Amino acid sequence: MSIERTEKRLGAGLAAPALLWTGAFFVLPFAAMVWMSLGHLEGRTVVPGPDLGTYARIFTDPSLYKGIRVSLEITATVTVLSVLLAWPLAWIIATRVPARWRRLALLLAVLPFWTSYVVRSYSWALVLGEKGVIMNALTGLGILAEPVQILATRAATVIGFTHFFVMLLTLTIYSNLVQLSPNYARAAEDLGASRWQVIRLVILPLTLPGVMTGAFLTFVLCIGDYITPQILGGNNELSLPQLIMLQLGRRGDYPLASGLSVVLMVMVTLAYAACARWLKMERV
Amino acid sequence: MRYLSWAYLAVMFGFILLPVAVLVVFSFQDGRLPVPPFNGPTTEWYAKVLGDRDLMAALGNSMLVALLSSAVALALGFLAAAGFAQTRLPGGALMRGLIIAPMTVSYLIIGLGLLQMFNWAGVRPSLMATGIGHVVINLPLCFAILSAAIGAPQKSALKAARDLGAGEAQVLLLILAPMIAPSLAAAFFLSFTFSWDEFIIAFLLTRFDVTLPVEIWSMLRSGLSPETNAVGSLVFLVSVLLVVTLELALFRKASK
Repeated sequence: MSIERTEKRLGAGLAAPALLWTGAFFVLPFAAMVWMSLGHLEGRTVVPGPDLGTYARIFTDPSLYKGIRVSLEITATVTVLSVLLAWPLAWIIATRVPARWRRLALLLAVLPFWTSYVVRSYSWALVLGEKGVIMNALTGLGILAEPVQILATRAATVIGFTHFFVMLLTLTIYSNLVQLSPNYARAAEDLGASRWQVIRLVILPLTLPGVMTGAFLTFVLCIGDYITPQILGGNNELSLPQLIMLQLGRRGDYPLASGLSVVLMVMVTLAYAACARWLKMERV
Repeated sequence: MRYLSWAYLAVMFGFILLPVAVLVVFSFQDGRLPVPPFNGPTTEWYAKVLGDRDLMAALGNSMLVALLSSAVALALGFLAAAGFAQTRLPGGALMRGLIIAPMTVSYLIIGLGLLQMFNWAGVRPSLMATGIGHVVINLPLCFAILSAAIGAPQKSALKAARDLGAGEAQVLLLILAPMIAPSLAAAFFLSFTFSWDEFIIAFLLTRFDVTLPVEIWSMLRSGLSPETNAVGSLVFLVSVLLVVTLELALFRKASK
């Protein structure tokens, strides 16, 4: 046996446990879920398909396809808002804050990252509630005569999500900004660009990889999240993950939950395909 | 421009830090509701948390699941990264893609798939099932971090050791592992953090013994309480201490 073949056998042997684990506990369950989505529920028992009844239901039943729309709208709003808020923040920390304070500023900007995810949503419920800090301050100062309801509306979900993803995007954009050579800005200035032109025409395009990586992560994590809409958004309009969890609880409708999950998965895959050319993780 | 920058910085820091500040301040609330007005500090709620059996049990469960699942994910990721570093494997790109794939899938979907498979197989929801799910989400992470750490110097050291007659276990444990020790630690701590904070998979795959996020979730159902603030503040404190230690111990050393 040649040395090369021994090495190949050895390499494959080392990779085998990870491959087996992924196969058994990721690929197989996923296949089971797709198969389940092709069945349907009669009474409380699952009748195996294959039929496309579940998918027909998803795209004809308003209470179901509305969930897809709600999730897409929330995710799009959050992604755009987070990019718009995070970019200036990352830029200020990277270029305006004196070098010795930079690490501290960045640490502060992502500090709540280290609270538990469930607790962070709960904290926003405290802040945004009718008796919470914000309404208390606004009515106390006479800006509002009566508290306005934010909690249990889409606005609360968007605020909670934006809070989390501003931190994430600040990190990806910041690490992109500090890798840029200051010579780009200097050259543009020497050639007569105004400060604003430097940012808009030189720096901004160069941070596109960081922005796109962060935006893609935001999209994927936001559209699949159950906690934030459940705690902050309430039950007035349900997002896709809330709909999925609802099927499990109420009737044990596994085929429908699986079908909705497959739809969720397809949306994430489409988003990936759309951003793939910018997603070079190693550059961030 | 300058004042505008500082004003923006102040507003954003306010937005980012507000919920954490409210969480911590009202964990000292002397009263039943964690909302204004703030009535004098008390540590009553912390005493209640530390004396709460369910919470402490959940804390222990979370610790166990996080430690074991991170260890398994690290071991599998290490072996796979070493395997791919040895030589070009036929279909290597596909296999790498397969190991990385769970990273791009929502935790909800991974949890739901496992739940259905375990149902079919007759496996009951348990901490073990949750741990298996956590290995699925952390294995790609460990694999990616460790693959990135194995560069040309590591590869030639591996080759040299093997030429000099080292056995495979010696090569991996005595040569490769010490060379990439900081990355091993980083991968382990990141995995630990993700498992520690993971909610949806644990929610779907546990029943009687639950992890901390699931226990906190069930506390939320009984409404707002300073006790939840106290738990949240404690979890926050522990994570911050962990991060600061990691930063001082690991990254400081690495940058020197």
